[in-house]
Amino acid sequence: MTDTTERYEPGTHPDLPPPMATHGPIVWMRKNLFSSPLNVALTLLSIYFLYLIVPGALQWAFFDAVWDAGSRAECREQGQGACWALVDVRFGQFIYGFYPEHLRWRVDVLAVLFLIALVPILWDKAPFRSRWLIYSAVFPFIGYFLLVGGLGLEPVETSKIGGFTLNVVIGVTGIAASLPLGILLALGRRSNMPIVRTLCVMFIEFIRGVPLITLLFVASTMLNYFLPPGTTFDLVLRVLIMVTIFSAAYIAEVVRGGLQAIPKGQTEAADAMGLRYWQSMRLVVLPQALKISIPGIVNTFVGLFKDTTLVIIIGLTDALGVGRAALSDAKWQGLAWEVYVFAAILFFVCCFGMSRYSIYLEKKLHTGHKR
Amino acid sequence: MSTMKVLLAAGALTAVGATGAAAGTLDDVRAKGFVQCGVSTGVPGFSFTDDAGNWRGFDPSVCQAVAAAVFGDSSKVKYTPTTGKTRFTALASGEIDMLARNTTWTFSRDVDLGFTFIGVNYYDGQGFMIPKNLGVGSAKDLDGASVCIQTGTTTELNLADFFRTNNMNYEPVPIETNEEARTNYLAGRCDVYTTDASGLAASRAAFDNPADHIVLPEIISKEPLGPLVRQGDEQWGDVVRWTLNAMINAEEYGVTSANVDEMAGGASNNPEVARLLGSEGDLGGMLGLDAKWAYNVISQVGNYGEVFERYIGSETPIGLERGINALYTDGGLIYAPPMR
Repeated sequence: MTDTTERYEPGTHPDLPPPMATHGPIVWMRKNLFSSPLNVALTLLSIYFLYLIVPGALQWAFFDAVWDAGSRAECREQGQGACWALVDVRFGQFIYGFYPEHLRWRVDVLAVLFLIALVPILWDKAPFRSRWLIYSAVFPFIGYFLLVGGLGLEPVETSKIGGFTLNVVIGVTGIAASLPLGILLALGRRSNMPIVRTLCVMFIEFIRGVPLITLLFVASTMLNYFLPPGTTFDLVLRVLIMVTIFSAAYIAEVVRGGLQAIPKGQTEAADAMGLRYWQSMRLVVLPQALKISIPGIVNTFVGLFKDTTLVIIIGLTDALGVGRAALSDAKWQGLAWEVYVFAAILFFVCCFGMSRYSIYLEKKLHTGHKR
Repeated sequence: MSTMKVLLAAGALTAVGATGAAAGTLDDVRAKGFVQCGVSTGVPGFSFTDDAGNWRGFDPSVCQAVAAAVFGDSSKVKYTPTTGKTRFTALASGEIDMLARNTTWTFSRDVDLGFTFIGVNYYDGQGFMIPKNLGVGSAKDLDGASVCIQTGTTTELNLADFFRTNNMNYEPVPIETNEEARTNYLAGRCDVYTTDASGLAASRAAFDNPADHIVLPEIISKEPLGPLVRQGDEQWGDVVRWTLNAMINAEEYGVTSANVDEMAGGASNNPEVARLLGSEGDLGGMLGLDAKWAYNVISQVGNYGEVFERYIGSETPIGLERGINALYTDGGLIYAPPMR
């Protein structure tokens, strides 16, 4: 016996890796990709499609791409790939719209403050959370002040707000305002008081039965006819209100689904403990109902955020509107792919973020009801 | 039922009230300090944003000219991007003071919708574009072709009429935007792309191989495009109308942004030029404007021909010939009444 093997005291030998037959990439592939004839076929088909798409896409988006040029013609001289120069030159417009260039720092500050305000809302272990939340509650006013100006800051018309900033402003305001409104509507719809219930049902069914485009048209055109002449009611504000009530109607239905899944015994138990209606809702019913509703709520919010691009129909220049105007510049005409791919990336980052957060939240709140 | 009627009546009354209160647009514009102008959300050459984010193009130029006439400063314009669906309500409700958005002058828009078209700044017409290798030389040979057509526009109706009168069939490929049409057409999903001839030329100019595509000679409709204002405010209508006319007359008389100072200084012995530029007579005063109104328009924006060449002319990527949009003295249709 040679002396190459190390000796271990009993119980101190490190764990050996599992045998190759149950572990490792080959086994993983056999288990997950090639476990049955159908799976083999699907895997091969997928690889074939990836082979068809990925090299071409990479070639177009990176290897042949042109990053620095003054017009589409200059791009084409340098290569046949994507002309990212357009996005580069118009980056400011894509993000800020027509917001005055020397005031764009205000949007940047706003974004930073917004992220700071978001932390205590999304993360319950944040230090000094209760005091931090006060700041979050005040933030909308700070945000409005920064964006529109006043009180010593140079005023900016809301029609100048555009690009992705406009999408985020509409999306975030819609999300923040529609959740409480939606919860109230859901509670109202299940209320015992006939007037409250009827009003809520009418509101929800009416708003939900009308396309968002219609509401936006009402906001942009009809209101002008109905309001007394001379009243100027800001278009962006009108859109914000319409988007909020639209999304609130959907949230109400999602939350109602959650409420109905809570057994009646929960309310009765809360009643038996002497809790009033609002107490029992706040402490017993809603925490459970909202937890069940998280996927639905986030789904609605992701949809709402993407729907903000519909404002292009009523002539607001959001990120897609900026893209459309850029494509009409004879210098850049014909670069639709670049514009839409860039817009898709902007939206994907935000929507994917929301969806990951919802998964985190579901995991955190998972308290043993999972089957 | 009756509630509905009351509501509608109230709406109509309010609408009338809104329009009525907007009389005196010139004073309103002066008071707020800028012209609120409706433009398109994007048509190559006609309306687009430059890299710095300013609205430019053939249509916004009219707005800039009006601002120059009223304020002596062509930058005093605020733009409202409008879509085909919102443009008329925006104007009718008083949200904008004028609309310069490649809008076709038709009977019903002028009469029924209650607008006044103040002139024509571009004579357009619907045409067809096909790939050269299709081997077709005339639109009359397009029987059975698939056609990319923008939905909900007059072009759709014109196309149906044209094929019906010529006893031909076609297969419509409905599309929404110019960009979509371009992509579909280049991918071969339709044999023919039809829209206004200016739009065809603009699209074709941006193709990788423009020479592989031809625009057929047939023009199947009249599309006179022009700026418009609300009906019932003649003074404001006159301001916009004569601003456009001044630009056209300036081209006819050879007044350009480069030589307008010499012309105003008496380099021209044409009395019409003197009246136009305010060194003789009081045309500006009659309009309620400064005597130098047209001088400001020409010096800051340019005459009709200059604006045409700057944004859509043959030297630009759009590459449109003057064609029927040449001055009447050159065999075109552009003609303005005399300044007298």
